[in-house]
Amino acid sequence: MLRTDALTRLQSTGQYALELEAVSRHFGALVALADINLTVKAGERRAVLGSNGAGKTTLFNAITGDFPPTTGRVRLFGEDVTDLPVHERIRRGLRRTYQISLLFDGLSVVDNVYLACRGASRGRLSLRRPKPDDAMTHSAETLLDAVHLGAERDSLVAELSHGQQRQLEIALALAGAPRFILFDEPAAGLSPTERSELIEILQALPAHIGFIIIEHDMDVALRVAESVTMMHNGRIFKEGDPEEIENDPEVQELYLGGEHA
Amino acid sequence: MADLSLIAGKNRLPTIHPAAALVAVFLLFYPAFASNFFVFQIGAYSLVLGTIALSLMMLAGYGGMVSLSQLTVAGLAGYLMAILGDNSVGVMGLGWPWWLTALTAIFAASVFSALIGAISVRTEGIYTIMITLAIAVAFFYFVRQNYVIFNGFTGYAGVEPPVLFGVYWRNPTPFYYLSLAVAAFFFFAVLYGARSTFGLSLQAIRDNPRRMRAIGYDVTLHRIFAYWLAGLIAGTAGVLMVWFNGRISPGSVGVDVVIDILVIAVVGGMRHPIGPFIGALAFVLLENFAIDLIDRERFNTVIGLAFLLVVLFSPDGLLGLWMRMKDALMLKRRTPSDSGGGQ
Repeated sequence: MLRTDALTRLQSTGQYALELEAVSRHFGALVALADINLTVKAGERRAVLGSNGAGKTTLFNAITGDFPPTTGRVRLFGEDVTDLPVHERIRRGLRRTYQISLLFDGLSVVDNVYLACRGASRGRLSLRRPKPDDAMTHSAETLLDAVHLGAERDSLVAELSHGQQRQLEIALALAGAPRFILFDEPAAGLSPTERSELIEILQALPAHIGFIIIEHDMDVALRVAESVTMMHNGRIFKEGDPEEIENDPEVQELYLGGEHA
Repeated sequence: MADLSLIAGKNRLPTIHPAAALVAVFLLFYPAFASNFFVFQIGAYSLVLGTIALSLMMLAGYGGMVSLSQLTVAGLAGYLMAILGDNSVGVMGLGWPWWLTALTAIFAASVFSALIGAISVRTEGIYTIMITLAIAVAFFYFVRQNYVIFNGFTGYAGVEPPVLFGVYWRNPTPFYYLSLAVAAFFFFAVLYGARSTFGLSLQAIRDNPRRMRAIGYDVTLHRIFAYWLAGLIAGTAGVLMVWFNGRISPGSVGVDVVIDILVIAVVGGMRHPIGPFIGALAFVLLENFAIDLIDRERFNTVIGLAFLLVVLFSPDGLLGLWMRMKDALMLKRRTPSDSGGGQ
């Protein structure tokens, strides 16, 4: 038993960024996730599609530990993290964004990102002010430029537009050497220009960073993902490359209403 | 927005406001022209109460945790001064040197505060208030019924500060300066700490604990650490409190006093560390002079009415009232002809 465990771990190390094994999540009588088996390779970019209530965000919550799975195991880079609290999973290289921006409204933009950079390193309890030449402040500023928020450095989050808040949401997930990121509808409510900026940011991510993106906008999803998982009623319904999924008659019937293509 | 920028720290390099400089000069030279009563009963007492309320402001204003146990933490430090040091009632009084007693009392109080934090940080909002209030009430009944250590109903008397450098520190002017030094130290420490990595993380936890976990922070640990720091402030103020009164008994840690600290913090304002001191001054002035305006028994009515008025008209206290008045005046001055413009 132990040997099989060790073997599995050895095999999966470095190979898979994420492995879900029979993961279920119940809310009372409601089954939000049922028996999900999912593997994502390191560096892989996956889109998760499905109608509202299909369990996509619940899947993210199970992976990060925001709402841990009722049953099943979650492995991150070969390590079983099912029983670890959220912050421990983050320190192992996992990141996420939220469908509705969860930011620190009372702090400035740069402080938001500074905290995200600091969160994955040491000195979180430091009672000293970060110096202007602090490495974390520096990487926070680099990150702000990358998401086109450099000019808003000292603004309060509450003063930002919706689009800018979405960009900050992404910056928080990119902070501090992420290895695998979960993007929860990052394009929701963005203008066409902001949307293409977002696609650029996602495409420009270093190759070793894999991600899962939940996205209703097929255009965005299929331009950044190399594989697609379709969910329906808390189950995985289909998996394949974007073309297969787009042309699958069952998928068209279910998700696209049968009229698409 | 001016008040927000103080917390959010938009001003990287703090410049000294002329009004702040005036207040500092006034506080430094206050005993030169004030009577002993005003130096001790009003000045020093406001500083001590303000420092206890500062520990609540730090937890509530930056951390979003309204703890009603801060006076209890101060009370424990006060009791330990009598128990470990000297007192005149002939119970306990281990006779430790004053500095060891004070350091132990402050440290024990901070650990007590951290324990209260550990119990209450998994709750939010009203439940935090309930749990910390329950702890405060339990402490009150415990010290009232425990005669072996806390000398029950009578408590302790004759707890005095040391004679040091030829100065008797309970005399009004020395005690005033001692309180001022402690209050100023913690005031500036909190002001500085608000922009430290931990200070920022505490405010971020207040804004969004779930997101803080999702960027790698152990929210529970950070909250407990905040309680520990607040315990250092409250504990030190507790030592001053017992030196000020010379005595401590269950009445010193009763629910009414617990509520007073909350009233002071809320009336003063929780968005800047100066708030608790403004609140404490207002409270002490009312406590001393309300009887000149109204019957002695009606003191609590006056306090209650003042509290209601402030909370109704300025949810962020006297500080918020002042900030809004300043903003309104500045807006008026800047744009006298702009009203209704831009349509």
